[in-house]
Amino acid sequence: MGDKSEAIRTENLSRIFGTNTAVDRLNLTVEKGELFGLVGPDGAGKTTLLRLLTAILDPSSGNAWVGGRSILDEGEEIKEHIGYMSQRFGLYEDLTVMENILFYADLYDVPKKERPPRIERLLGFSNLTPFKDRRAGNLSGGMKQKLGLACTLVHTPEILFLDEPTNGVDPVSRRDFWRILYDLLREGITTIISTSYLDEAERCTRVALFDKGRLLLVEKPDAMRRSFPYPMLEIWCDDSRRAGEITKRLEGVKNVSVYGDRIHVSLDREERGDSVVTALRNESIRVLDQRAAMPSIEDIFISTIGQEQ
Amino acid sequence: MRTEDAIAVKIDGLTKKFGDFVAVDSISLTVRKGEVFGFLGPNGAGKSTTIKMLCGLLTPTEGTGSVGGYDVRNEAEEIKKHIGYMSQRFSLYETLTAEENIDFFSGIYGVPSDKKSERKDWALRMAGLEDRKNALTGTLPGGFKQRVALGCAILHEPPIIFLDEPTSGVDPVSRRSFWDLIYRMSAEGVTVFVTTHYMDEADYCDRLALIYRGRLIAEGTPQQLKEEYMVKDVLEIEVDDVVGAMETLERRGIESVVFGSLLHVAVEKDPQGPAKLKEMLEQDGIPVNGIEQIPPSLEDVFVTLIEVS
Repeated sequence: MGDKSEAIRTENLSRIFGTNTAVDRLNLTVEKGELFGLVGPDGAGKTTLLRLLTAILDPSSGNAWVGGRSILDEGEEIKEHIGYMSQRFGLYEDLTVMENILFYADLYDVPKKERPPRIERLLGFSNLTPFKDRRAGNLSGGMKQKLGLACTLVHTPEILFLDEPTNGVDPVSRRDFWRILYDLLREGITTIISTSYLDEAERCTRVALFDKGRLLLVEKPDAMRRSFPYPMLEIWCDDSRRAGEITKRLEGVKNVSVYGDRIHVSLDREERGDSVVTALRNESIRVLDQRAAMPSIEDIFISTIGQEQ
Repeated sequence: MRTEDAIAVKIDGLTKKFGDFVAVDSISLTVRKGEVFGFLGPNGAGKSTTIKMLCGLLTPTEGTGSVGGYDVRNEAEEIKKHIGYMSQRFSLYETLTAEENIDFFSGIYGVPSDKKSERKDWALRMAGLEDRKNALTGTLPGGFKQRVALGCAILHEPPIIFLDEPTSGVDPVSRRSFWDLIYRMSAEGVTVFVTTHYMDEADYCDRLALIYRGRLIAEGTPQQLKEEYMVKDVLEIEVDDVVGAMETLERRGIESVVFGSLLHVAVEKDPQGPAKLKEMLEQDGIPVNGIEQIPPSLEDVFVTLIEVS
């Protein structure tokens, strides 16, 4: 069913839990070889969508094809051809790194002959070779996530589903993890990743902004930024949180988001920038620098989702 | 609190060994009352172990510490009455409703019976759960669980609270409203000791400590960390093809990070740095629209300090 270039296609896919519609008549296509990002507020339905596509959960109505197979009646075949790393991915803490990988190799019936080279590669690119005899329970959070990914990849899936794999992972380890995702992208593996770090969404080939079970936007990051309707000013200043509060009350300010020591201010007209800076200085905020900026996906998220809440 | 002095937490040479492994290695620091103190470090650096010692949950191997004027070795029970502690795992009972969780923790913390219903209303309001108080906690989205967990941890109105990665996996809008809560508490004189992997949040702290492999490697205000500890220059590059530029730089052994539509790289200090990098990228067929040196972000400082340590 469907086009050969498609990794995923959904048709009016819905899942209802009691009175809550977690996924609402979703129509989405993901091409092969994409690194597709799924972002949205907590409770938007991201995890439910991933569990539908991995054939763990049955839809209430609609259908989806994953690698050309229907989730309605080919769920078992789908599971053989995909990898899924859930938020609570099951590592055995009292088994070593190697034993965990071998366990998953057994689970997926990876032929014995193919195991040594494949496992060596997985350990290599996840930088876990020096730790292969360490118990999983004694790994740091970042290393556990890399081991989880290695286990998910042991049967060389065509499509990879990752549900917030970098939660609680430090900035250095997050960079490592993304380096691995890029390696996989180069090998042509299709990846669907949900994340609450919006800097990660910037690195995807396409991003879906998802809320209340529906798609609000599906775009390449670049197109998403260009579609933002307002000019944006970036201001570096001290006391950025107070600066954000002051700016929110000014005329012509559409949206404000604070990022550490910077604030992003979207304006109805670019010329208003000077009056914003003047207003901050009048409130004795020290403005260090200012410039016109492109909005980030986080700006778009906050202006789209934040206004609803 | 026992004493009226301005110190909330003071530790000196605090050390914790597990067998041969030194999880926390002679850390000394002071946190003033009412401060928002950020405790940063990679996964496995010893952050949670330190917090557990400060909360009276683990006995130090060496060194001394006091929290709210109580000794971490001999007065652990007193400490527990005077602090709030929210762990990474939001230790809520998933099969109880939000209201039942609050009642349970209210009992544990010995909230006086005449204040119980007032505190419960406060916690439900703060979590935005007034109309979902009968929902099972396990079915709530992450952002709500996190606010219930915070509410439960501070029902007894402790003067010092320890938050261990409270915003891990929480969406950007909820993270910002969570920090509004932290600020409100700090304004009321509550001392907040918080760990995070979101470096924009680190910027909202009054002071920061960075630990790595159990040792304190930097301490100061966010501004001091950026000025005094940053040994490299940060260059910001504007290109059309961010991912392509990233891969090109990687082949040259230069690591870059995506910030919106821009790339950041940390390079050795050199006035000719921007010109050299531009030339290198253009030689590799990547047109550069702009390149300039910018003030480092805390993420730049964090990653650089970890790499040189």
